[in-house]
Amino acid sequence: MTTLLLAEHDNKTLDPRTARALTAALALGGPVHVLVAGHQCAAVAESARQLTGATRVLLADDPAYAQALAEPLTTLILAQTAYSAFVAAATSTGKNVMPRVAALLDVMQVSEITAVLGPDTFQRPTYAGNAIEAVQATDAIKVVTVRTSAFAEAKTGGDAELVRLAPAVDPALSRYVGSAATASDRPDLTSAKVVISGGRAFGSQQQFDALLVPLAAKLNAAIGASRAAVDAGYASNEQQVGQTGKIVAPDLYIACGISGAIQHLAGMKESHVIVAINSDPDAPIFQYADFGLVGDLFEILPELTALL
Amino acid sequence: MKILVAIKRVVDSSISIRVKADGSGVDLDNVKMSMNPFCEIAVEQAIRLKEQGVATEVVVVSIGAAKAEDTLRAALAMGADRAILVTTEHRAEPLGVAKLLRAVALEEQPDLILLGKQAIDDDANQTGQMLAALLNWGQGTFASALTIADGIATVTREVDSGLQTIALPLPAIVTTDLRLNTPRFASLPNIMKARAKPLRKATAEEFGVDLTPRLKLLSVEAPPKRPPGIKVASAAELVTRLKAAGALTP
Ligand SMILES: Cc1cc2nc3c(=O)[nH]c(=O)nc-3n(C[C@H](O)[C@H](O)[C@H](O)COP(=O)(O)OP(=O)(O)OC[C@H]3O[C@@H](n4cnc5c(N)ncnc54)[C@H](O)[C@@H]3O)c2cc1C
Ligand SMILES: Nc1ncnc2c1ncn2[C@@H]1O[C@H](COP(=O)(O)O)[C@@H](O)[C@H]1O
Repeated sequence: MTTLLLAEHDNKTLDPRTARALTAALALGGPVHVLVAGHQCAAVAESARQLTGATRVLLADDPAYAQALAEPLTTLILAQTAYSAFVAAATSTGKNVMPRVAALLDVMQVSEITAVLGPDTFQRPTYAGNAIEAVQATDAIKVVTVRTSAFAEAKTGGDAELVRLAPAVDPALSRYVGSAATASDRPDLTSAKVVISGGRAFGSQQQFDALLVPLAAKLNAAIGASRAAVDAGYASNEQQVGQTGKIVAPDLYIACGISGAIQHLAGMKESHVIVAINSDPDAPIFQYADFGLVGDLFEILPELTALL
Repeated sequence: MKILVAIKRVVDSSISIRVKADGSGVDLDNVKMSMNPFCEIAVEQAIRLKEQGVATEVVVVSIGAAKAEDTLRAALAMGADRAILVTTEHRAEPLGVAKLLRAVALEEQPDLILLGKQAIDDDANQTGQMLAALLNWGQGTFASALTIADGIATVTREVDSGLQTIALPLPAIVTTDLRLNTPRFASLPNIMKARAKPLRKATAEEFGVDLTPRLKLLSVEAPPKRPPGIKVASAAELVTRLKAAGALTP
């Protein structure tokens, strides 16, 4: 009845979403081992060892895992045969790899769980979070991805044993070519306590940055965006909040010039306090806002920044 | 080169769905249904590859109720060449769909299979990855760019940290993200022409695939409502209120 949790990381640091997914993994009831697969990622394994509740960390350190490609990672996970559940945070890596694992185990994955109701019973949102399903997974082995915004971070202070794994055979079905990450000194969107998001209303990337960066700096906030703002090039794809972007639930979410389409709401409506700034008093976002301010963001945002 | 595109008929993305009062599911009576938006992007990409002379044939396939024929006709109107409809009574889950798509792929022998990254009803984000696993093909998920040359698909993927580019030897699976393209609207003449394009009908049983759900649906609920908020008159009042609510702790 042991669970294997796939660690999310960039080979240097352990992503905090792993600690949240661990909380969900522990709720399944059995012991939890954490798999750190990467390259030159010993520091990640060390952080994983300190997660309270994990009893063992499996470290597979090999160039084949440097970019978290789905095919070699799947082979590695399937080589770990002693597990009755495989869990990962619903990150872009978890979403890429886990269904591949599930299919080869002939298991139906449970995607983006928001609650563990029992060892085989889970809650998960569908229809952009407008229909919450309770499902019982009837397969003997469970494969689960976790919506991390719904779970608290497991604490640190643990001292799990470290076991090194030999790399599994790389099926050589894909090859890494390159990556492009937008440099930003803002906190990460999925772990920030405050998120400020901008929509189509900004009109240009210059105005998006000029108005949101100073405010975000004052609030130590991450900057998010609606799909419309990303499509228009005001923000980059990893900033999209929503049903098909990132799901966030910060202490404070400020939506500026965002109408509140169901797809956007799906990504932020679990935030603790929601503020909406919009010139249209009938914008749907106001129905979800604890504090709504009707007006022109080009006037309001500089005022707000000055007041903080 | 032949491209197979898997498309799903779902509730239109503009609709706010209602959960049935008895908790048994979502009320789909008289609700507008459309092609899943990510599938539209997949169809568009396949047609563009054909227009560029990279692909020679675009085949679309859908699994579901008989009504999914409408969705397939919509893809034919966009420019797909022929369609396959596989009907089933079951609430088809990604694993079952992937098994059926594998069976179709073994018959059709495509060089590339395009799927959406996510169906906007079940929000599963699984089928493409599962199909790639079952075929033992490489997978390029969440694609925002795709080029094909010398038997290699080069896929730029939208990932949490930005963009990642990978190369996949064909045959391969690619799932589409929002920014891959903007799908065209079908013209009226093309909608008319689509009616005459070939559409093969089959059942899941004919393919020997068991679609019995593995996830038992216990209940479906509407999400809890947020308590109503208030309107503030100015930025200054907003700051005061946020401080009072403890939302501005540095
Ligand atoms: C398959 C699919 C997936 C999607 N996924 C996502 C997703 O993950 N995330 C997402 O965000 N969207 C998503 N969308 C898009 C979504 O449906 C909306 O189109 C999008 O969220 C709209 O973005 P917006 O609010 O910035 O733009 P708009 O809807 O155009 O709203 C702009 C708002 O700005 C206000 N405004 C204008 N000028 C000013 C001003 N000067 N001051 C203050 N306010 C002003 C307007 O009143 C308006 O309310 C998806 C759509 C589809 C079909
Ligand atoms: N019933 C179906 N028929 C055809 N294609 C499907 C079906 N279900 C899922 N797909 C494909 O798989 C993608 C992802 O769906 P899902 O894994 O359910 O989120 C969709 O965008 C389609 O391309």
